[in-house]
Amino acid sequence: MIIDLPATTTSQVNKKLVELRDQGGAVALGRVLTLVIVTDDGEQTEAAVDAANEASREHPCRVIVVARGPRKAAARLDAQIRVGGDAGASEVIVLRLYGPLADEGASCVVPLLLPDAPVVAWWPGNAPAVPSEDPIGRLATRRITDAAAEKNPIKALETRRDSYAEGDTDLAWTRLTTWRALLASALDLPPFEKVTSATVTGGADSPSTDLLAGWLAAYLDIPVSRRKTPAGEGMHSVVLERKSGAVELSRPDGSVGTLTQPGQPPRRVALQRRENRDCLIEELRRLDPDEVYDATLRALPKVKQARTISRPADRGAAKAAAKTTPKAGAAKPKAAGKSRRAVAAAASTATSAKATASAPAASAGKAERKSAKSGAKSTSEKSAGRGKAAPKPAKRSGKKASGAQR
Amino acid sequence: MTQAAWRNPLRDERDKRLPRIAGPCGLVIFGVTGDLSRKKLMPAVYDLANRGLLPPGFGLVGFARRDWADQDFGQVVYEAVRQHARTPFRQAVWDRLAEGFRFVPGTFDDPAAFDTLAATVKELDEERGTGGNHAFYLSIPPSFFPVVSEQLARSGLTDQGPDQWRRVVIEKPFGHDLASARDLNRVVNEVFPEESVFRIDHYLGKETVQNILALRFANQLFEPLWNAHYVDHVQITMAEDIGIGGRAGYYDGIGAARDVIQNHLLQLLALMAMEEPGSFHPRALRAEKIKVLSATKPVGPFDQTTAYGQYTGGWQGGQKVLGYLEEEGIAPGSTTETFAAITCEVNTRRWAGVPFYLRTGKRLGRRVTEIAVVFKRAPHLPFDATMTEELGQNALVIRVQPDEGVTMRFGSKVPGAAMEVRDVTMDFGYGHAFTESSPEAYERLLLDVLLGEPSLFPVNEEVELSWQILDPVLRFWAEQGTPEPYRAGTWGPESADAMMARTGRHWRRP
Repeated sequence: MIIDLPATTTSQVNKKLVELRDQGGAVALGRVLTLVIVTDDGEQTEAAVDAANEASREHPCRVIVVARGPRKAAARLDAQIRVGGDAGASEVIVLRLYGPLADEGASCVVPLLLPDAPVVAWWPGNAPAVPSEDPIGRLATRRITDAAAEKNPIKALETRRDSYAEGDTDLAWTRLTTWRALLASALDLPPFEKVTSATVTGGADSPSTDLLAGWLAAYLDIPVSRRKTPAGEGMHSVVLERKSGAVELSRPDGSVGTLTQPGQPPRRVALQRRENRDCLIEELRRLDPDEVYDATLRALPKVKQARTISRPADRGAAKAAAKTTPKAGAAKPKAAGKSRRAVAAAASTATSAKATASAPAASAGKAERKSAKSGAKSTSEKSAGRGKAAPKPAKRSGKKASGAQR
Repeated sequence: MTQAAWRNPLRDERDKRLPRIAGPCGLVIFGVTGDLSRKKLMPAVYDLANRGLLPPGFGLVGFARRDWADQDFGQVVYEAVRQHARTPFRQAVWDRLAEGFRFVPGTFDDPAAFDTLAATVKELDEERGTGGNHAFYLSIPPSFFPVVSEQLARSGLTDQGPDQWRRVVIEKPFGHDLASARDLNRVVNEVFPEESVFRIDHYLGKETVQNILALRFANQLFEPLWNAHYVDHVQITMAEDIGIGGRAGYYDGIGAARDVIQNHLLQLLALMAMEEPGSFHPRALRAEKIKVLSATKPVGPFDQTTAYGQYTGGWQGGQKVLGYLEEEGIAPGSTTETFAAITCEVNTRRWAGVPFYLRTGKRLGRRVTEIAVVFKRAPHLPFDATMTEELGQNALVIRVQPDEGVTMRFGSKVPGAAMEVRDVTMDFGYGHAFTESSPEAYERLLLDVLLGEPSLFPVNEEVELSWQILDPVLRFWAEQGTPEPYRAGTWGPESADAMMARTGRHWRRP
């Protein structure tokens, strides 16, 4: 059910909510948190609401969308309440703010927060410079930003580092969880050896790649170098050098990863880019400060920025690197630079040899870059696709619910 | 460096995002063509893979008497996953998972088939890097356990090298009385040491059941009331609205008490009644469960404190249903009970004098599992009798399924000029909003097997203690003979109501 309240006030919205609860039964009971989404009014708004609705199935919440309209218009608040099938397991309140009101979102949000429940703020697009000091950010116990959605993702990370406050988190960090879990589990197993150096490769504009390098630098206390592939390619590979050989996790095509360890056959693993919905579910699961993210941000300056390479090194080249580095890398850290150059050389020869083979891959990378650049658009398209598929799960849940009533 | 001395630098206990992914391993399912395997196990494997919790290179081997190749098996798994999986289907995840499917045709007494299985497992170690770590899921009747374990040992499948593990997963029934349970434990323990035996009681994998411990030990609100001073009695109910369906061969001769009370209900009782464990370490939890189970006794005289019945045909929920004796495959004159209710007491200071009523049955009013803690009445009511006529006893109800959650019942003033108090309920809909995404019980339990995390699996001592509690009642019923008939769709035979009425109590209608 969708109810429009044009040119209204928050007290009228509140009144309507209570009225709806009286009519429809326990609509607003059992909500565990309030999620405030701050966006500019546009296509991006619906994509964010969709992700929040999906997340609400695990975390029943009240979603308040603050959609900032044109600043030049006359001051006006248009509200929309969505409950039931249109809102997953949540109730969604969309507040469209026009004119001078657009910058006064916090004052509209305060009366609608659930009593005594945590508040989470999410900026799916551009985030304020200091999230914890933003009027809405100040209301929240947890503030979710997305460096990848900003105009300059790498720069955004630096801003995050300087402005970090407890409760801050970033979706570029959340997207890494599967990578980190695989790497950590690889080190759970024998041989139990110290990692001597690491190389992380990914798109020049991929903040996740930088964060992964930072994480390794923070926790392994070793030289970590970050190599760049063309922008838009996302995470590409991680190599952890050890005495007995390298642990390598690579994802050249953006969906299937390969984990290689000495003495074991290479293993393939599904490692697709995580959707916003999944990331949001993970974010809402924990509302305490993320110390590991903090440590990772602080370790970013320790990461050595290597030269940009024109094409991602393919697996053959990486393997050659794995063979050459352990001897040199472990003994003399100085030699690491040399071996890295060797890797780059190996990569270029390998790629030139396989120029025809890797050309399609490169063009695919370009396409991906394009879609990443118009990030908002692509997510909205994705969500539209999901929207079509959505009736199925909804139906299923409906069936389940009616079964429960019976 | 050895495993014990190794500290993984990438693991930080503050890093709560990192899930524990099982190490390299494979799963071998015996009885892979069965219902359970298709409806629960295979979808659970896929869901785990989809959540990224299975190791890269995971292997799944099916063993059954079918003339299938690996692809045919893959097709069967595919259909099971498409039909029953909880999470959305992703081709990339499926493709990676399907690379690890193998099928070995054969019977349980065929040594050649087990040699093939051993070779297949070895091949998986080499090709997929399962690292010699394998779990064997015996989704087969317990009568086959001896022959299968013997074959596993003979073909060398149970031999594990250093840094490797072999585990076995078995399902209920864990025997049919104390003696047979001991036999079964011996047979299994001959081949697998107790720490590698995982007994699946899928109830313990349910979120709501795990929530019992959170509810009790994470809150200040309930624990002070959790004793004989405030609690009048506890009712644990697991009711099914279906009959025995196609399980006649399994059910006849087993009955409701052995099927449900011995495992599910007594485990629920243990979780409700146990003392606070020192920590959530598996060993600490298990010690408390064992303590409370060894303090639990059935209350007699059994002709007044227990009830057992058998459903007869009739109309239930708009359908004509058969009586138990008319069901296909049931021996004429069978005295197997389809309804069982018993009274237990927990002989500890905390619970002295508080009866625990356990009941279960088939073809009852509706499908429901719940635990109701019914509190004593207030010792003094400063109201006239007329004011509190409609006030019952306070209750805290944990709904295990369906519609998982917690209900509290207490008195509240009826709006109006007169002071009148009536029961109202307050509801916490745990399941209602969470069902979609909370993992299936089998998903959780399978992952725990692969991780070697034993806290949700009963050990042989718990199984044997449960039989010790139930055996005297079963013997009494066997002497009594024919169970009391009850009509399908009702809440059991009259003797069930009588056993409560005897002490002025009554069953809650769930």
